[in-house]
Amino acid sequence: MALADPGPSGRFGDFGGRFVPETLVPACQDLEKAFRAAWGDPEFHSELDRLLHDYAGRPSPLSDCDRLSEELGVRVLLKREDLNHTGSHKINNVLGQALLARRMGKKRLVAETGAGQHGVASATAAALMGMECVVYMGEVDIARQALNVFRMQLLGAEVRPAMSGSRTLKDAINEAMRDWVATVETTHYCLGSVMGPHPYPWMVREFHSVIGTEARAQCDERLGGPPDIVTACVGGGSNAIGIFSGFVDTDADLVGVEPAGGAAVGRGVPGVVHGSKSFLLQDEWGQVSEATSISAGLDYPGVGPEHSHLATIGRARYESVTDAEVVEAFSLLSRTEGIIPALEPAHALAWVSRDRAELAGKTVLINMSGRGDKDVAEMMEILG
Amino acid sequence: MSRATAPLSVAWDSADIPVRPAAHGALEQALRAGRDHGRKLLVPYVTGGLAVDGGDWLDNVRAVVDAGADAVEIGIPFSDPVMDGPVIQEASEVALAAGASPATILDDLRRADVGVPLAVMTYYNVAYHMGHERFAASLADSGVSAAILPDLPFEEVGPWATAADAAGVETVLLAAPTAPDERLPMVCARSRGFVYAVGLLGVTGERDALASSALDIARRLVAVTDTPVLVGVGISDAAQAVEVCSVADGVVVGSALVRRLLAGEGPAGAAAFIGSIRSALDASVD
Repeated sequence: MALADPGPSGRFGDFGGRFVPETLVPACQDLEKAFRAAWGDPEFHSELDRLLHDYAGRPSPLSDCDRLSEELGVRVLLKREDLNHTGSHKINNVLGQALLARRMGKKRLVAETGAGQHGVASATAAALMGMECVVYMGEVDIARQALNVFRMQLLGAEVRPAMSGSRTLKDAINEAMRDWVATVETTHYCLGSVMGPHPYPWMVREFHSVIGTEARAQCDERLGGPPDIVTACVGGGSNAIGIFSGFVDTDADLVGVEPAGGAAVGRGVPGVVHGSKSFLLQDEWGQVSEATSISAGLDYPGVGPEHSHLATIGRARYESVTDAEVVEAFSLLSRTEGIIPALEPAHALAWVSRDRAELAGKTVLINMSGRGDKDVAEMMEILG
Repeated sequence: MSRATAPLSVAWDSADIPVRPAAHGALEQALRAGRDHGRKLLVPYVTGGLAVDGGDWLDNVRAVVDAGADAVEIGIPFSDPVMDGPVIQEASEVALAAGASPATILDDLRRADVGVPLAVMTYYNVAYHMGHERFAASLADSGVSAAILPDLPFEEVGPWATAADAAGVETVLLAAPTAPDERLPMVCARSRGFVYAVGLLGVTGERDALASSALDIARRLVAVTDTPVLVGVGISDAAQAVEVCSVADGVVVGSALVRRLLAGEGPAGAAAFIGSIRSALDASVD
């Protein structure tokens, strides 16, 4: 199989769709049309490929982890999205969306951010293309990711706090959608994960498929074929779907790793929020639950609809790890490989490390979706 | 690098969306009757379970009915109300914190006889989570005539509308200023009770002046439908209500009323505010 075009209804099996206020329906339809046209246009691809190469630094390397592999008894390779410009995979998507926004004549970007990585990437793309940028960020996340807040401001973006609900990523998305409802004629909503209303889950996946395409070719060259397992952290799930897209038609196991406090696939039931139907943590009345995670980027009670589909059909499976296991993995990779990971991809490593007995002798590809600079201050308090 | 070429067509197959039943429900009957008598229609929004000083929230509903409401919109609070501004958000949080749920609100409504049709306004996940049939049946059982689900647009309404139609519950659809002309007749043809015209680009909340988009969308809608057209979102006072009703059949008033309830003005304040709009609307058609 390959990951499919979800068609006009935006469906991945039973999941996905376009559950938005009527005001936004025409904008979503226009965006879908513009994306379909751009994605079939060689000129758009050459412009995007040039930016990914010359500006973002792609292709990102594939790193063997000799000392870590020896310690775990599992051969670990990392797809180094942490080495991209702005420090995470998020740049792949925002360069695509900003180019698309420019083609659509939109001069203003709004974005939501959890850990700040998508906000920084959006602010970067806006600076590069001379666009106005407003980033919504939960008040709790603003406090724990102060460095990224300052980076966004340096890049010329305005950071607006989301003060309602849990004051984290979920609430930042609410605020970004409210902004978009009011400004839709001039503004593009630069959504940062494979979630939201159609065409976002599909479009964002396509912009991140470069991760999987590169990794597949690199594994073919390095290993002579795909690894046994491909794993990545999952909040909304953009870096995971990006790397999975390169291996979904192989025999490799695909494993998404959720935080224990935000395990939408693991503990959620189908629900509809933020524009699509997917697994969702909610109470007995359908009120959305507040996730809790050490990682601001994964602190989200939902998950992208295509992950719900992949889980339902059994093509991918989803594990969860605790905050304590993540802290341990954060230190482990720093100590053995000289790579300080972001707390988000540390989830994927935490699963490999915890389940190493089961994985003994296998080859595991981890998407190292971001670097840990932004988390160092928080980890100083925990480990110091 | 090989890439799939996506088809350029974005056609939508609306075969799964049931045709609107021919018979009008209780809400639409009442609103049509009012309009036929030359009355401008007034539908206040009250957050279910919101009783700031510990009173009975249903007293707010009774107060606006006594003050001249033609129907009342009852909000069932949702954790993530993306179409709502700060006032309705705060009211939702206060009501949820006080223990309001779909069950408590619908139970309260079942025991109340307020004398005008009721429409619940909530978000789709509340209905989806309970199950379409069960939610529609609970509304009917509580004497609620209609449902407004602002994050369930026309293309996605099929499964819910099928269950709602079967239970005799009217589904009110929203029509927004951003809609191209060809979209409006399609939305109107499926909307029951009334057509909810979104008065401006933005979320619910008061504005200093009536947006020009309110008159524009009302004009575009009355030109293509016989269903009552009520404008909501941004209607803040009697003067704005009168102005928009020069074109529209009526108004929905939410945040301006709920702000007064949050401030502790209670049923008396609600009645005074809605009464002022009622009088102005009546005077405008004399």
